[in-house]
Amino acid sequence: MLEFIWTNRIQCVSVILFAIGFSTLLLHRNLMKKIIGLNIMDTATYLFLTSIGMIEGRLAPIIQNGDTDVSKYVNPLPAGLVLTGIVVSVSVTAVMLALTIRLYKSYHTLNLDEIYLKAQEEQEEEP
Amino acid sequence: MSFTVNFPLFMIVLSLMSAAVSSVLPGKVARVITLCLNAVVCTASSILTVYLYAEGPVFYKMGHFPSPWGNELKLTYLGSLFAAIFATVMFLCVLGGKKHINLDIEAKKQNFYYIMIDLIQAALLVFCFTNDIFTGYVFIEICTIASCGILMISQIGRTTLAAVRYMIFSLVGSGLFLLGVVVLYNITGHLLMPQLRETVEALWQSGEYRMPLISSLCLIVSGLAIKSGLFPFQFWMPDTYGYATPASSGILSGLVSKGYIFFLIKIILDVYGSDMFYSSGMNNVLFALGVIGIVTGSGFAIAENNIFRMIAQSSAAQIGYIYMGIGISPTLGIVAALFHIITHAITKPSLFLSASALSDSANGYKKFRNLQGVAKDNKPAGIFFTIGAFSMIGIPFTMGFVSKYLFATAGLGEGSGFKAYTTIIVLAVSTILNTLYFARTVIRIYSKPTGENRIKLTVRNQKPYVTASVMFAIINIGTSLAASPIFYLIERGVSRL
Repeated sequence: MLEFIWTNRIQCVSVILFAIGFSTLLLHRNLMKKIIGLNIMDTATYLFLTSIGMIEGRLAPIIQNGDTDVSKYVNPLPAGLVLTGIVVSVSVTAVMLALTIRLYKSYHTLNLDEIYLKAQEEQEEEP
Repeated sequence: MSFTVNFPLFMIVLSLMSAAVSSVLPGKVARVITLCLNAVVCTASSILTVYLYAEGPVFYKMGHFPSPWGNELKLTYLGSLFAAIFATVMFLCVLGGKKHINLDIEAKKQNFYYIMIDLIQAALLVFCFTNDIFTGYVFIEICTIASCGILMISQIGRTTLAAVRYMIFSLVGSGLFLLGVVVLYNITGHLLMPQLRETVEALWQSGEYRMPLISSLCLIVSGLAIKSGLFPFQFWMPDTYGYATPASSGILSGLVSKGYIFFLIKIILDVYGSDMFYSSGMNNVLFALGVIGIVTGSGFAIAENNIFRMIAQSSAAQIGYIYMGIGISPTLGIVAALFHIITHAITKPSLFLSASALSDSANGYKKFRNLQGVAKDNKPAGIFFTIGAFSMIGIPFTMGFVSKYLFATAGLGEGSGFKAYTTIIVLAVSTILNTLYFARTVIRIYSKPTGENRIKLTVRNQKPYVTASVMFAIINIGTSLAASPIFYLIERGVSRL
C-alpha cells in the first residue's frame, strides 16, 4: 500500500488537491474563495495529466539532432491537452470574476448566504 | 464520397464565424444572422440525415492526421436528426422570444446575446457530431460560458445571482468530466471514441485497471448529470429558468441540458459500450436518481406560486424521466429517453414563451393569483399554454403521451421485476402530480378574471410569438401522430450508433 502511494505520489497529491478544490467550490460561501477553489481543482487535473505524460529519461517531443526514434521522446498530447485546459480555465475564471464584480455591485457583499437573503427579500417584494 | 459529408464541418465553422461577425454588427442584423444560421443548420442537417440514412455512418477526418492521432467527426443520421431538431427549436425560441429580448436587453448589447446563441448552436452541433471526447469537453465549456452569458445579459441582480449559481454547478460538472476524461486517457491512451471503445472492451474483459475504468465512468456520468440538472443537483433550475428572458429559459431548458444528455448517451454507447455500462451498476444509480428527481421535481412544482418557477421545477422532473429511461435498458430505454429529449425540447420552450405572453397581458405579474382569468385577455397564449400543458401531462395526441407510453413499454418489456414496477408506479404518480399543477394553472388562467386592468393582446399584437407557438404546436401534434416512424428512426439509429 505504502509502496503504491509512493510510486503514484504525484497522482495522490493531485487527487487530494482536486478534492480540496472541489469542496471549496461547492461548499464555501465566499465567492472569491469559490473561484480560488475552481482554479485549484483545474490545476490538480493538469498536474495529474502532466505527471502521467512525463516519462523519466525521455525528451520533450521536439526532434533533436535529427533523431526520429519515437521511443526517445514523450507523447506530446498530454501537454497539448493541458494547454487547452489552461485556456479554458482562464476564460471560465474571467467570466466568474466578472459575475462576482457585478454581484458585488448589486448586493455589496461577497457572501452567498447574505446575497440569497437579500434576493429572497427582493423576491417577496416583486410582482 | 458525396459533398454532403462536409456539411457538419461547414455548419460548425459557420456558427463560429457568425458569432465572430456579430460582435461588430448592430443587434438587429445579428438577430437576422442568427435566424439565418439556424435555418441553414436545420436544412443542412435534414439533407444530411437523409443522406446518412441511406449511406450509413461516415468518419470525417479533420486536419491532416489520420484516425488514431488526429481529430475526427462521426456522422450518423441520429446525430444529424437531433442537430436539425435542436436548430429548429432554437430558431423558434429566438423568433418567439423577440419581444422580451428587445425589452430585457439594452439595445447596444443585443448583438452579444446573439453571439452567445451562435456559440451554443456550435456547441450543440459538436455534441451531435464529434468523435473526439476532448473536443466534446472544450465545447462543453464553451456552451457553459455562452449559457451563462444568455442568463446574465438582462443585468438585474437576481439574474446575476442565478447565473452565478448556474455557473458554479456547471463548473463542478465540467471539472468532474475533465478528470474522468483524463483518467480514461491515462488507462487507454486514446481520445477518439472507436479506439476508446476497443481498449475499454479489452480492459473490461481482462479485468485490468477495473477501478480506474469504473471511476472514469462515474466521473464522466456524474459530471454531465450535474450539468444537465439531475436530482440532487437541480436546485439552480428555478432561479435560472425563472428570471432569465423567456428565449433564454427555453434554450437552456430545451436545448443546452438536452445537448449534454445526448452527448452522455453517445459516450455510454460509443465509448463504454452498453454491456459494460449496464453491468457496472451505474445505470441503477441513474435510474434511482431519475425516479427521485421525477417525484421531487413535481412536488416542488406544486409548491411554487410563480408560473415560471413552476415550469422550471417541472423541467427537473422531465430530466428525471430521461435518466430513468437511460437507466432501464440500452435499447428501448434509451430510445424512450431520446424520444423524451425531443418531446421536452419541443414542449418546454413553448410553455416558457406562452407563460411570458400571459404575464405580459397581466401587466408583467408572474404569480398565479395575478394570472387568474388572463387567458381571456390573451386568447392565443391561453391556447398554446394549454397545448403545452397537455403535452407535459401526457394527454393523447400530444408528444408527452407517446413518450410516457414508450417509458412504460421499456419498463415492462426490458426492466427487471423491480424496475418494471417502479417505472409504472412512478409514471402513474408523476402523471397525477403533473395533472395537479398543470391543470390547476390552466383552470386558473381560464377562470373568472379578478377585475384587474389587463392588457388585451391578440394575434396581431404578437405575431412573432404566435408564429413560433403555432410551429411548436404543429410539430408537437404532428410528431405524436407520426410517432411510429420517428420511433423506428431512433431505434434504428441507436442500434447502429
